[in-house]
Amino acid sequence: MNTRWVGMVLGGLFGAVIIAGLYFPILKQRVKQTAKIQPQSEEQARRELTQSLTANPTEARVKAKLFWASNAHDGSLVPATVELPLSNEPVLRAKQVLNTLLAGPAEPELRTLPPDAVLLAFYLLPDGTGIADFSEAMASSIPSGIESEQRAMDSITRTLAANVPQVTRLKILIHGQEVETLAGHLDLTGSFVVSPRGAQAASSAQPDLLTSSSIRLEPPLTPRSASRQTYAATREQPTNSR
Amino acid sequence: MRHNSIRYACFALFFCVTIFLTVSDQSSAQAPTTQNPPASAAPQSANPQTPNIVFSDSPRPRPGLNIVVLDPAHGGTDTGARGTGGIRESEIVLQFALQVRRALEAQGFQVIQTRMANENPSFDDRSAMANAQVGAVFISLHVSSTGQPGTVRVYVNSDLPPSSGGREAGGLIPWDRAQAPFLFLSHKLGDFVQGNLAVRFRGSPGSAQAAAIRQLRTTAAPAIAVEISSVSVNDRLDLDRMAPGVADAIARGVTDFRPSYVVAGIPGGLR
Repeated sequence: MNTRWVGMVLGGLFGAVIIAGLYFPILKQRVKQTAKIQPQSEEQARRELTQSLTANPTEARVKAKLFWASNAHDGSLVPATVELPLSNEPVLRAKQVLNTLLAGPAEPELRTLPPDAVLLAFYLLPDGTGIADFSEAMASSIPSGIESEQRAMDSITRTLAANVPQVTRLKILIHGQEVETLAGHLDLTGSFVVSPRGAQAASSAQPDLLTSSSIRLEPPLTPRSASRQTYAATREQPTNSR
Repeated sequence: MRHNSIRYACFALFFCVTIFLTVSDQSSAQAPTTQNPPASAAPQSANPQTPNIVFSDSPRPRPGLNIVVLDPAHGGTDTGARGTGGIRESEIVLQFALQVRRALEAQGFQVIQTRMANENPSFDDRSAMANAQVGAVFISLHVSSTGQPGTVRVYVNSDLPPSSGGREAGGLIPWDRAQAPFLFLSHKLGDFVQGNLAVRFRGSPGSAQAAAIRQLRTTAAPAIAVEISSVSVNDRLDLDRMAPGVADAIARGVTDFRPSYVVAGIPGGLR
């Protein structure tokens, strides 16, 4: 009876050691992966907090072009030149320009965005895609309709194109969330082309929308089969020349 | 006795390994989802339950354009644009749809409505009604909150990122960009309808405009949105008076478009 117990305990311990030995490398790998993700987001968050939106007095005043509605009330936009102290850093510059756009023109009826909307954050990805995160009011206070929603979007993208050349495409978030439409009409699931460079990038590379690769029927040429084919080709050559 | 203990040890070992394998299998299956960065900006499919593909081949396609899918926008809890006078977009478009339907049927078209009452099918459900048809066009009806009252604008979807070659292997086109192969035809249809509207409603533009409209993106048919200005009128009668003109212009526009519909190589179109 005693030996049986000893055997069982030993067996159990032996099993546990093997499991631990196998599991430890996996665990290590996972810890490494999560560690890789975290520093980035932490750094981003810190950068967000430390960046102040107040204009630096040393920043040179430049003429910024802001797109508001035209006096003709025909749904078109006209550029207004406003002297602003703008930063050279693209993210800060985009924030300053968009905040001025949100503040609105001198005549309130020419504004394109709701007066209570706030820009919560602006990010710039390395590929030139800007991500603008607006408060809930951007979606709830804007007059619902294709014309009004498209005009709001146009005023944002054209203003960015005129003042922040680094932004090529723009993605809109509402309160940090991706939403389907702005106010029932305008599609916010994709990103908007800001500059011609952004349009070129979209047509040359596979678009960010659901890619077709998941339903591709023909498997791509694997390195192994490719090397086999070249081998066959090189072997055939001498026989042909003979 | 000694023999037995070895057997027990082996059994215990086997048991432990089995448990380990099942646990590690589960965790590795979950791993890809948990390791994704949470703030991914990549657009997701609007409705994960909806199939992401459109079957474009129907067993017996009838030649030409026969069906108009009419979409009174919004409905249910979604009232759409609301005027200060209490006018609701969702109610007005349903009324307009009735008149447009009659005008189209008088021209010999079969009309399918995405909603008949105060209900709110999803964007994908509405698109699916058009995508299930062969030889159909899709017309979405809207009333705006802005714009000069008494004018009507026609919109088509703005350019969509091209998929590889426009048509996927096996005759499938991705749901998220279903409109892409039809954009050319949508522009043509839009211009015909807008042209007819411009004659009847002064101040309306002469040709269709492009806008990123969610409803049109997933529609695999020539698709336009017609927006009437606006809910800001004080008297609802002002809008009601526009209905016969809008209905007539749409019916004429679709009839004008009919000969242009026959284009080869378009999924769902005539081959």
